[in-house]
Amino acid sequence: MTHLPLLKKLVIICIAMFAFAFAMVPLYDVFCDITGLNGKPSLEQAQQSTLVTENREVSVSFTTHAQSGAPFEVKSKEYSVDVKPGAMREVMFSAKNNSNEDKVMQAIPSVAPGKAAKYLHKIACFCFDQQPLKAGEELEFTLLFYVDTELPSDVEELTLSYTVFDISERLVARNN
Amino acid sequence: MSSIAEQSNTNEAHHAHQPARGFKRWLFTTNHKDIGSLYLIFSLTMFLIGGAMAMVIRAELFQPGLQLVDPHFFNQMTTMHGLIMVFGAVMPAFTGLANWMIPLMIGAPDMALPRMNNWSFWILPFAFLILLASLFMPGGGPAFGWTFYAPLSTAFSNDSTALFVFAVHIMGISSIMGAINVVVTIVNMRAPGMTWMKLPLFVWTWLITAFLLIAVMPVLAGAVTMVLTDKYFATSFFDAAGGGDPVMFQHIFWFFGHPEVYIMILPAFGIISTIVPTFSRKKLFGYASMVYATSSIALLSFIVWAHHMFTTGMPVAAELFFMYATMLISVPTGVKVFNWVATMWRGSISFEVPMLFSIAFIVLFTLGGFSGLMLAITPADFQYHDTYFVVAHFHYVLVTGAVFSIMAGAYYWLPKWTGNMFNITLAKWHFWLSLVSVNVLFFPMHFVGLAGMPRRIPDYALQFADFNAIISIGGFAFGLSQLLFVVVVYKCAKGGDKVPAKVWDGAHGLEWEVDSPAPYHTFSTPPDIK
Repeated sequence: MTHLPLLKKLVIICIAMFAFAFAMVPLYDVFCDITGLNGKPSLEQAQQSTLVTENREVSVSFTTHAQSGAPFEVKSKEYSVDVKPGAMREVMFSAKNNSNEDKVMQAIPSVAPGKAAKYLHKIACFCFDQQPLKAGEELEFTLLFYVDTELPSDVEELTLSYTVFDISERLVARNN
Repeated sequence: MSSIAEQSNTNEAHHAHQPARGFKRWLFTTNHKDIGSLYLIFSLTMFLIGGAMAMVIRAELFQPGLQLVDPHFFNQMTTMHGLIMVFGAVMPAFTGLANWMIPLMIGAPDMALPRMNNWSFWILPFAFLILLASLFMPGGGPAFGWTFYAPLSTAFSNDSTALFVFAVHIMGISSIMGAINVVVTIVNMRAPGMTWMKLPLFVWTWLITAFLLIAVMPVLAGAVTMVLTDKYFATSFFDAAGGGDPVMFQHIFWFFGHPEVYIMILPAFGIISTIVPTFSRKKLFGYASMVYATSSIALLSFIVWAHHMFTTGMPVAAELFFMYATMLISVPTGVKVFNWVATMWRGSISFEVPMLFSIAFIVLFTLGGFSGLMLAITPADFQYHDTYFVVAHFHYVLVTGAVFSIMAGAYYWLPKWTGNMFNITLAKWHFWLSLVSVNVLFFPMHFVGLAGMPRRIPDYALQFADFNAIISIGGFAFGLSQLLFVVVVYKCAKGGDKVPAKVWDGAHGLEWEVDSPAPYHTFSTPPDIK
């Protein structure tokens, strides 16, 4: 009896499952995107707002922290702002490179509660781009955002958190 | 080349009647019984090495404060203990039993792919050599837990992580080849008349286990590959700075990890379903329901993975789904436990050593199952998560579950393998010492866990001191008791009372129709299946 046909099928299952492990990466993002889980807001520039809900206010707080070892100090000028859904708001951030080397910084936003992530739209954000900071340099950045008028009514407060990473070495590794 | 070819030709001619002598017999063997023995000896060795690491852990935890090892080495010990016991002890032991018993049970002359069988064993010692060698590298071995969560295994791991990754790759390839061999053997090599619903349950459970292995070991290989490229090649699968997500690591890992725990318990169910009818002198109660229950457990194992992740901030809907799906698994598992009890009901039970281990399995595995149900309750899990309650739970299902079933199987088939009865007095000492010490070891862990003692930490709050001292004493006693097992196996291999072909009077199955010890070649002509 030849074992080859069955053997082939089983090997194909193995290869398919190995590929599936990698397919889980985009699937995970798509799933989180559709369901709005995970508090992962978009890193794309949003459309301008057209509608404003006048009779509602939500509080948006800002928090930042640098990943351990990343030599950056990032602060928002305001701790928290009250906004009407749909109304655009500008918040200033400052970022300083505390090391004596030129570095490149990447900020990753995250929104809590997670389900509010897809209702926070950013028109301008320093997180859209990699930000080079020279040794000891301090720069100011603008965040221009609005909260969607469709924001579920049980959300009264949301927090936009930025984690900043030092990606200088990563860029060097990639360019080599 | 020609001389090698000639040599292997003469070897093969030689092989036809009896095994070659010396080391080459074992290195080049394609005989399922030889390879089964190799797997089992390897597994026992790893069990002792992994056990020695557990002794280091328990010695450090004997008293609060840091006495013997520094925390980094403690982390390496917990990590390596987990990896070695899962991939080095339990899985190869089951593969060894499969190699030995499946061809005998289905009336096949050998495994379907004997050369691949040789490979799938012989790459295994190298995988563990690499893994163990990493302990001696600058910075030490893996210290991120056997679950190697990112970013612990990527941004914060030491330089030997690549060795860990390659070792896991090799173990994975070995298990996959072993599983493919089992599937092909069972599907293609059954003796005429051995229909699906006549298969012994050990064969059924292994068939289903093999499919689980084929489905999830490649996912593990994918996960470690992503860790490797994240750490060394600047990819960002799990790194938020590049758009990745560390929580995704846990999803991928547990998509492998949960079926993996059933890989370690389904063959155990098969062994217990073989032994309990023998010593109850009754047919197994509910054979068909056992087959369906095993299949249901295997299928359900793919949709419960996130119950390991209740505290990662999943939405309530997902937590409820995974909670109910997890609890659903207790239904087919309950069917099995009731079937074993019903098999014993009004049977003429005798308490030979394999039966003692099997009864201990049924009681203590069920206990581990119950603590699993407690952990499945989402709101309660927030309290239990990452405490010693979890450690107690999975040691009850893996030590008094999987390991006890392996012991039961070893004692059950050892006379068939060697032709000699083992020393029953010593074996009973081994059983009773293990039974008492394992409970002294793991039962108090429930209490310290409920009281909030976190796992994987080399120090603890003072109020846990008494319980930890008791746990450590149980640990040392259990560890030392296992040396008795080594003695029993060694003495049995060397000699003892000769046994007939049918070692146990209540046993059924083709393996009892061949001589004891089982001849080097069996069922060259297929047997008649009644």
